[in-house]
Amino acid sequence: MTTTADQVGHLHTPPEIGGIGHSVRRHEDDRFIQGAGNYVDDIELPGMLHMAILRSPVAHAKILSIDTSEATALEGVVAVVTGELMAEHNLAWMPTLSGDTQAVLATDKVRFQGQEVAAVIATHPYIARDALGLIFVDYEELPAITSPQQAMADGAVLIRDDKEGQADNLAYEWESGDKDVTDRAFAEADKIVSLETHYPRSHPSPLETCGAVADVDPASGQVTIYMTSQAPHAHRTVFALVAGLPEQNIRIISPDIGGGFGNKVPVYPGYVIATAASLLIGKPVKWVESRTENLISTGFARDYHMKGELALNSEGRILALRTEILSDQGAFFADAQPTKFKAGLFHIVTGSYDYPAAHVVARGAYTNKAPGGVAYRCSFRVTEASYMIERLVQNAAYDIGMDPAEFRALNFIKPEQFPYHSPTGFVYDSGDYETAMRKALGIVDYEALRKEQAEARAEGRLIGIGMASFTEVVGAGNSKDYDILGLKMFDSAELRVHPTGKAILKLGVKSQGQGHETTFAQIVAEELGIPAGDIKVLEGDTDNTPYGLGTYASRSTPVAGAATAMISRTLREKARKIAAHLLEASADDLDWEPGKFFVKGSPEQSVTIQDVAFAAYTNPPPDEQPGLEGVHYYDPPNMTYPFGTYVVVVEVDAETGEWNVDRMIAVDDCGVRINPMIVDGQIMGGLTEGFAAATNQFITFDDEGNCIGSNFMDYLVPTAWETPRFELDETVTPSPHHPIGAKGVGESATVGSPAAYVNAVIDALAHLGVRNIDMPLLPDRVWSAIQNATG
Amino acid sequence: MQINLTINGAEQSAEVEPRQLLVDYIRSTGNTGTHIGCDTTSCGACTVLVDGTPMKTCTMFAVQANGKTLTTVEGLKQNGELHPIQTAFKEKHGLQCGFCTPGMMLTSAALLEQNPDPSEDDVRWAISGNICRCTGYVNIVKAVQHAGELIREN
Repeated sequence: MTTTADQVGHLHTPPEIGGIGHSVRRHEDDRFIQGAGNYVDDIELPGMLHMAILRSPVAHAKILSIDTSEATALEGVVAVVTGELMAEHNLAWMPTLSGDTQAVLATDKVRFQGQEVAAVIATHPYIARDALGLIFVDYEELPAITSPQQAMADGAVLIRDDKEGQADNLAYEWESGDKDVTDRAFAEADKIVSLETHYPRSHPSPLETCGAVADVDPASGQVTIYMTSQAPHAHRTVFALVAGLPEQNIRIISPDIGGGFGNKVPVYPGYVIATAASLLIGKPVKWVESRTENLISTGFARDYHMKGELALNSEGRILALRTEILSDQGAFFADAQPTKFKAGLFHIVTGSYDYPAAHVVARGAYTNKAPGGVAYRCSFRVTEASYMIERLVQNAAYDIGMDPAEFRALNFIKPEQFPYHSPTGFVYDSGDYETAMRKALGIVDYEALRKEQAEARAEGRLIGIGMASFTEVVGAGNSKDYDILGLKMFDSAELRVHPTGKAILKLGVKSQGQGHETTFAQIVAEELGIPAGDIKVLEGDTDNTPYGLGTYASRSTPVAGAATAMISRTLREKARKIAAHLLEASADDLDWEPGKFFVKGSPEQSVTIQDVAFAAYTNPPPDEQPGLEGVHYYDPPNMTYPFGTYVVVVEVDAETGEWNVDRMIAVDDCGVRINPMIVDGQIMGGLTEGFAAATNQFITFDDEGNCIGSNFMDYLVPTAWETPRFELDETVTPSPHHPIGAKGVGESATVGSPAAYVNAVIDALAHLGVRNIDMPLLPDRVWSAIQNATG
Repeated sequence: MQINLTINGAEQSAEVEPRQLLVDYIRSTGNTGTHIGCDTTSCGACTVLVDGTPMKTCTMFAVQANGKTLTTVEGLKQNGELHPIQTAFKEKHGLQCGFCTPGMMLTSAALLEQNPDPSEDDVRWAISGNICRCTGYVNIVKAVQHAGELIREN
């Protein structure tokens, strides 16, 4: 289980095998570059019908009546489904992955704009949409609650009056750390630094929206659902529980997924309605949402109102952190959080720094907005946590008169302190924060840059240097602590080596662009010496892959990657016995190099893994079962803790508040890199997401609860033109408990980079006394901050 | 309404509703590599070449393509050989989920027709109407420039 030092920076396999460390070109690309990907909307089944959903135009209202008669009469309409019909089948409500309930189709009230009210099933998608205009709903509007502060105020209208015992709009309350110890540390502090900021509502908006094709065979009772799902096995179980269907008859197929970023983790009403409609009608039903439907109704992210304080002594050492969160959960608590952790893993907010005390209080409020709070390219609220601590640390440095880099260096957890027990209960597996930071500072020539900044200031130009030295916690997770609706967060790998030495690897996770078909083949190539190109990776079909909790929270490599390494090793040990049989030697007398067993001291006496695979089916040893196949379920002993330092250099135009990124340096440490090309691709994608959060990408609501940001003309995602250039580098600190020392990387840059961009703008204005501008840093907000600071 | 058009070299004749969107028509012909990402001409996933010019087909009617010659991603490969833009997107890791890729490649192929040696800014400007949510664009830019090299070598 341990990782040896020689796994760092050394290739064990030649390029033709393509094991760990090779930038193998992606196997999945061959179909994508030819337009031959197979996404949900590409699925056509005989007799397939099309579904469209009528959504509430208002944020909060009683439903007085729904008249579907005209819609039903339209030629081509097969059925109109309302909440009343769903209720007859006990399907009007469903559980969320955070243990709350959510309306599938509204029966009593609508609680956010865009909520599902009725569905039309028709012979053509255009007819289904036409019919939506013929459904007449009588609403009695109620006051809309559009902020969590409003929701928690005395006398606020009760949003979730459907829930027995729910007397207010509190969705959850949760705390972590030791309040008394923390308060004592604050009482003894020489200085207290505080920050109050809002991480605005955002939306993952993968380029492919959500959708499903439900195909219920009335004769056999077989239910096949093609679905945009990041977690097909977990979704199968939820479907079995929600609909009372026998789980062996449910097959979820996640075909190619056009990006997920957390948006495709929850179970959405559309999936359930399409399945119910197929069940009732006996024909396949396709539902694919529009971009607007995606933005106004599916899992949003963030929307955290955060207060944080650091207690410092006079030397600049951090003594304690306390923080208080109020999150806007929308109308239903529909995050996908581990049961124990209502605010996800926000308590990683203590960051990369060593201090003994912290206290976190998190509350979530129901509002009349779309449900969600999904971890947008992030492991359960780690993005919000990283943003809070990295902003606080930078401000603390200014207030105590230290350089922000030196302040971080003083307070970092030191390499010899790992495994490090954090004050909120995490056990950080490994890290070397200062090395990563110094590397990033070296690339940007930090000292020269600070001089340049000072000279520029003298000329009236505003240059800013921002940093973030983030720590993530990913790879959920060990079953003692982590589950979703009771399902423990292990994952699995089934490996079958065929007689000709080719192999198929079947996984419970599901790629949405991360390149699993390549990187997981590389893990097998590393362990068994079978060329990566000879290994097919199959995911996303619950009938044909072993159970797993899916791909999100950077857990595929930490959990399923470990399972892959472990089953490969199990098969290698079996292969050793077969090789001994073939070589007429003792298994103990054989040495291994990737792809080959040979007799110790006699390298000419050897058999290849392909020879062994053939023998497993044609000439197995008498005391061994034939075949070379197996499955491994991996319950990780701990989470993994990727880290790094990002440095951003900006110039701010004091006249307009506009700012430009001159440089963006990212030094990431995700442990051992399986495919460096893919790792860099993941990081650059995440750096762009961070840039988006810092600049333009946010969703607001007006006082009536109308969503502002309901299409790509109002919700501004970055294009190639404004996206900055990136300079990447790395350090490698292997995870000590992961079989191949890998940590997961898909989310590091989304988590770490927002604070770096914002800190850079704040740094440009810090001498004026500016300590906060809420994201996104729109020019008018920056300009106003300058005006307010300079009077 | 009757329309006649050519898609990837194949002449087609069809009866379409006046309101039918071109992207829906193209997809109905089995060319499902043309994707729908936004419905508002913002993301470019539905981009195809209409008489050689990249057009977003989610806000064109099928009838507007009457008499036109269309190239979709399925038409990039010629005589069994990948187009250089396809080779380059794989080589430079210019794609992740693959959803924007067909539109991105067609826009880029049109740029390279006009300018086989584009600067980074030329590429970024040309593809600024095509959104990618995965890559951060850096490797797409590299892929387009690499495709230019491949074209210039031939």
